[in-house]
Amino acid sequence: MSGMTEQGTTRLVVGPFNRVEGDLEVRLDIADGQVRAAQVNATLFRGIERILEGRDPMDALAIAPRICGICSVSQSHAVALALAGVMGIGPAANGQVATNLILATENLADHLTHFHLFFMPDFARADYEGRPWFARAHARFAAMRGTAARSILQTRALLLHVMGVLAGHWPHTLAIQPGGVSRGVGMQECARLGSILAGVRAALEENLFGTVLEEVAALADVAALETWRTQGPQGDFRLFLEIAADLELERSGRAYDRFLSYGAYPGGLAAGEEARLWPGGLFVDGGTRALEIAAVTEDHAVSHMDDHDHPHPPFAGSTIPRLRDGAAYSWCKAPRLSGLPYETGALARQLVAGQPLARDLVARGGGNVLSRVVARLVESARLLIAMEGWVRMLRPGAPWCHVQGAVPDGRAVGMTEAARGALGHWLRVEGGRIAGYQIIAPTTWNFSPRDGSGTPGPLERALVGAPVRPGERAPLSVQHIVRSFDPCMACTVH
Amino acid sequence: MAFTVLWLQSGGCGGCSMSLLCGESPDLLTTLRGAGIELLWHPSLSERTGGEARDLFDDILCGRQALDALCIEGAMLRGPEGTGRFHVLAGTERPMIDWMRDLAAVARHVVAVGTCAAYGGVTAASPNILDACGLQFDGYYPGGALGADFRARGGLPVVNVAGCPTHPDWVTETLMLLAQGALDGDGLDAFGRPRFYADQLVHHGCTRNEFYEYKASALHPSEQGCMMEHMGCIGTQAHGDCNTRLWNGGGSCTRGGYACINCTAPEFEEPGHPFARTPKIAGIPVGLPTDMPKAWFVALSSLAKAATPDRLARNAVSDHQVVSPPCRTPKWR
Repeated sequence: MSGMTEQGTTRLVVGPFNRVEGDLEVRLDIADGQVRAAQVNATLFRGIERILEGRDPMDALAIAPRICGICSVSQSHAVALALAGVMGIGPAANGQVATNLILATENLADHLTHFHLFFMPDFARADYEGRPWFARAHARFAAMRGTAARSILQTRALLLHVMGVLAGHWPHTLAIQPGGVSRGVGMQECARLGSILAGVRAALEENLFGTVLEEVAALADVAALETWRTQGPQGDFRLFLEIAADLELERSGRAYDRFLSYGAYPGGLAAGEEARLWPGGLFVDGGTRALEIAAVTEDHAVSHMDDHDHPHPPFAGSTIPRLRDGAAYSWCKAPRLSGLPYETGALARQLVAGQPLARDLVARGGGNVLSRVVARLVESARLLIAMEGWVRMLRPGAPWCHVQGAVPDGRAVGMTEAARGALGHWLRVEGGRIAGYQIIAPTTWNFSPRDGSGTPGPLERALVGAPVRPGERAPLSVQHIVRSFDPCMACTVH
Repeated sequence: MAFTVLWLQSGGCGGCSMSLLCGESPDLLTTLRGAGIELLWHPSLSERTGGEARDLFDDILCGRQALDALCIEGAMLRGPEGTGRFHVLAGTERPMIDWMRDLAAVARHVVAVGTCAAYGGVTAASPNILDACGLQFDGYYPGGALGADFRARGGLPVVNVAGCPTHPDWVTETLMLLAQGALDGDGLDAFGRPRFYADQLVHHGCTRNEFYEYKASALHPSEQGCMMEHMGCIGTQAHGDCNTRLWNGGGSCTRGGYACINCTAPEFEEPGHPFARTPKIAGIPVGLPTDMPKAWFVALSSLAKAATPDRLARNAVSDHQVVSPPCRTPKWR
């Protein structure tokens, strides 16, 4: 839909926006062949927080994963961490490692789904016929027809066999518990996990990267990436780099360059150490900063919600939906850290973790379509290598889950990382029941609407300046930028 | 002629689509192609976005594009106050429930994918501020968004591929049977579920069956015993072939060490007790196996408990086997 607004500005409404998870609408004000302003609208409200209130706290393990079919394990992990926080317990050592494997499997599967099925098919559109890479992009990535679609579905299904071994199934497992995991495995199953990961490694090395994962993980700077683009091994990664250079994707989709990661995979860096594989923190102005979680608030200024006169810390938050006329335009709330919007996702994780290529990309061009996608692929390689090590850290015969008593009254926040970024669950238990449950999902950060001061969310900012060609109903530049965040709208509107 | 499918999502998590992509032997796209099934549009897979997708919906409604199956994932949201505006289909300013009703009227078959679309599911859980319901059921009650009397053009009521999530094969096999004209009213159970998977119980093939036989029960997560007595498992009553078909290469809920919560049933989201804790009266679980007279269950359970071999009693409360089945040389050797 489109219509004229003031002074030569055209309003374009893009939706339903597919190959994102959930329903998304983007409203664009366009002038002089560019996006002047954007509003991101989550058009569906879910209300899971309200469903959780009043229930037995342990029931959150069954309900909350069902917020999202693509971040289900991340949601589950955040519940378990929040419950463990209230209970004052932690997971058994095996439970910790198994949880890391389960979460990493989902993260990796999501990265692969995003790249092959959600993001790349746009380059196989007829609009790009005539580009030097088009024939190859079309053969590999044409939606549902390209050769990459079938092969990645097979690889993804194989990878998710890890869930069949450790978590019953995916999505929506109840395996992750505050005290560990519900499923202990033996040496034979550990061997089986190793062979599953070997199969995934082989597929990614053959098709995606064209070489061993370690070479991807070792990419140190933009110069190395350039060399990969021009002389690197043939594969989908190199094809993407070629497309990105031709379309100048490094100049597209820059937001605020403020990045947030809660960190993930405790104990995942090395056996016997507590450090996380990806540390938590902020990355701002070229350096890391400590994250002060108490500085997080949610603003309902333009959300279809009550309590919109001031921002709320999540422990004091509310979710009372109310369709409002006027300025309100989204079911999504606007999370802010110390009053500022933040971008989250694989790029944020790799920046905070100090991955040198991610840092160099952002030093040169900030967070953009290229750096977000490259960070996701580099993280995929690093994650799979880490997972292989974790399988060797499992100790059949040792405990998998600590005994869990009743959940006492109290409050805690469960913080983890979904594929698409920082996920937090703020849980309050009173009288043995859930008194308050507030969730801030990664896409709530990235696709936040404006806040009370009128500051746009990261995607809204990133879309400004995106080129629009005459006659485009769903501008391709906008599609690349939106999908570069790997959004999950189901989580956004939990 | 291809069997055409349009897939739309509403009040749900998208997990049934994510599960569908796990289809194997062969992969989903090959399975559909082999069965002559064409996905006209799927939110996760199709190229067309925005106006291109809206054009397709218009073509279907105008009859320019035949639609053999409308697949709906997620509950229908009737709120607030009957407006349906808790989900307005992006780019259209029109509630999804209205789109669904119009498209259902022209589709040869209507398929509810997942428990949300079938009965309301978790999306309709109390306090249900969304006023969510299924396509043709509102929990256990026939009706829902389309009404109890709805029949699609092909003559069938809504086919409820219930499950939270659905197994990929349940969806692809339902579509394949519909495409072959091999699913009729007799192929659906009382809740509209395809009987090819819903006439099985989760209990069938459960690896904990020997523990069940002797009521050797697990007390805590990760223990190997039967989860019916203490941990909320209702696999003996739940409809689904989860433990014979298996998930993600070999898993299931019970194999993953946690309770079957009966996710293929209406109102599974409101069990009336904590999901992972079995409600009991005088020490006896309230929910007994399907078809089993209570007196018999109590009598058999008491006998079985008294006869529990030490091997099962000890293994039931351990996270790995601590006593192996004995190897015996037959006496006639």
